[in-house]
Amino acid sequence: MEANNNDALVIGGVSLTSRLFTGTGKYGSDTIIPDVCEASGSQVITVALRRVDTNAATGNVMQHIPEHMQLLPNTSGARNADEAVRIARLARAAGCGDWIKIEVISDNKYLLPDGYETAKATEILAKEGFVVLPYVNADLYVARDLVNAGAAAVMPLGAPIGSNRGLMTKEMVRILIDEIALPIIVDAGIGAPSQACEAMEMGAAACLVNTAIAASGDPVAMGRAFGEAVRAGRAAYLAQTATVSTGTADASSPLTGFLGGM
Amino acid sequence: MGFSEILSQYDSLDMATYLAAVTPADVERVLAKHSLTPLDYLTLLSPAAEGMLEAMAQKANGISMRHFGKTIQLFTPLYLANFCTNQCVYCGFNTANRIPRSQLSADEVRKEGEAIAATGLKHLLILTGDAPSKSTVEYIGDCAKILGEYFPSVSIEVYALTQDEYAYLETCGVDGLTLFQETYNKTLYKELHPKGPKRNYDFRLDAPERGCQAGFRSVTIGALLGLEAVWQRDAFFTGLHAGYLQDNYPGTSIAISPPRMRPHVGSYEPASIVTDRNLVQYVLALRIFLHNVGITVSTRESASLRDNMMPLGVTKMSAGVTTAVGGHTAEDNGTAQFDISDPRSVEEMCRAIESKGFQPVFKDWQPF
Repeated sequence: MEANNNDALVIGGVSLTSRLFTGTGKYGSDTIIPDVCEASGSQVITVALRRVDTNAATGNVMQHIPEHMQLLPNTSGARNADEAVRIARLARAAGCGDWIKIEVISDNKYLLPDGYETAKATEILAKEGFVVLPYVNADLYVARDLVNAGAAAVMPLGAPIGSNRGLMTKEMVRILIDEIALPIIVDAGIGAPSQACEAMEMGAAACLVNTAIAASGDPVAMGRAFGEAVRAGRAAYLAQTATVSTGTADASSPLTGFLGGM
Repeated sequence: MGFSEILSQYDSLDMATYLAAVTPADVERVLAKHSLTPLDYLTLLSPAAEGMLEAMAQKANGISMRHFGKTIQLFTPLYLANFCTNQCVYCGFNTANRIPRSQLSADEVRKEGEAIAATGLKHLLILTGDAPSKSTVEYIGDCAKILGEYFPSVSIEVYALTQDEYAYLETCGVDGLTLFQETYNKTLYKELHPKGPKRNYDFRLDAPERGCQAGFRSVTIGALLGLEAVWQRDAFFTGLHAGYLQDNYPGTSIAISPPRMRPHVGSYEPASIVTDRNLVQYVLALRIFLHNVGITVSTRESASLRDNMMPLGVTKMSAGVTTAVGGHTAEDNGTAQFDISDPRSVEEMCRAIESKGFQPVFKDWQPF
């Protein structure tokens, strides 16, 4: 159950009660995907179109994605806006729906997203009716460009993809949460449920977690842990955490003490 | 600065002395780092590091799991022709060897493609001998077009080409290039390649870079381990070459294949014996040095070794392999380029990969 039944996340007209997005990559077997989905409670799952083989009788990752999941195909492999747009159109033609996660990466060493090309692809695809969720660096200017381009959400990285380093971009993500009117979904780098919880406490709309679940010792149990962490973080955000104590005693002679007797 | 200039920076490095001086403490210091310098990488190739393979394996496994997960991409080679104009002393296709020579026709290419596609494989590597007048660039391009009907990814392993020729093949649907330098030792290279166009060391050395410039999506390089008396030399320079390409062509996915000498037609004896431990050490050091490069272990290696190397950083494996022209459909498989050690079918490889807790990935590219 969600912390608040009315606290749905609405993206592209779809109402989501789970704020954990999951992935399909890096598992030792795709057959585990349904169990991870169930344990985590996730309702959105991303899949690389380049791994989808619509012609395969068996061994197709799509066969393992539960019917109720909102499919979020991604443009993994795209090196520029043009390639991302073409992959998105292929995804739609292949029956993957209108949601698309834009990934434009032309640096195979660090796998960091190209904000400029991502914004260009977002603008084109949003005009074509796609629900566009772009994966970007936690950069206010890029995020503003994405708002203007028609994105449905902004997905800043918490740390380099696959690093499991956690919310290293915390202060930048906080700025996006404060300044951008779209849902901010922390994507990439989150390595532990506590880190996802922290992002949610800050006010992130959702977290996308793949490597930390898929590469864990027990992906189903880890999926469950992430589901609970995201719910806990969201509940804490809604409950408005109390102010932090400075840890020092109140001064016995406050500077405004002279006003007390007035 | 081209890679040859980087190579020349190490002309004065006494590699044997450096390797002998490395201590276990040096290796521990390197293993504690996140980013390695070239000499850190060489430290991991040292005899001292050979005694610390488990610590290296733990680190390499962690890096591999984060970046690639529990997946192994499958591919298979398709030999289009074995005509050759070279005399590489270590190769069964050596023009001086009296073996039957052949080249597939368009119909035969289609039949081979259909036979391979029926196994479910989606990534194909097409090969020819080094005979530009027989296996012309146009012939290779025509074959790629035919095979593109069956495979979303078609790569080439052919003689070194110009950038324009690579660019032409890219328009024919070729998306990847594999090219082995064989050895980075220029003097030795000349001795091993006494005749033929492959004798041009520099033209071959720069070919992977030309492939990157031509727009190939993936470029795989490697040295043939065993040609050099000190195997670490070629392992070191291969890693540096891959790092150079990755730094300068970040849009291209760079991969390394570490083949060892295998028996073949001819009498060449390797200059060094690269043991299983050496090969494992090389792959571990590569993964720790270059976190995101692909690493291929071919069917030159035994089934048990390949199975045990899956968690150590390997990302690609060949399956259902024949190194003979027309070997996927012909009853008489002809003369192979070399003998393979792991003859398992695609289905058998899948079972082996799954038994290790890994997922065989058939398709990892979508052309558009």
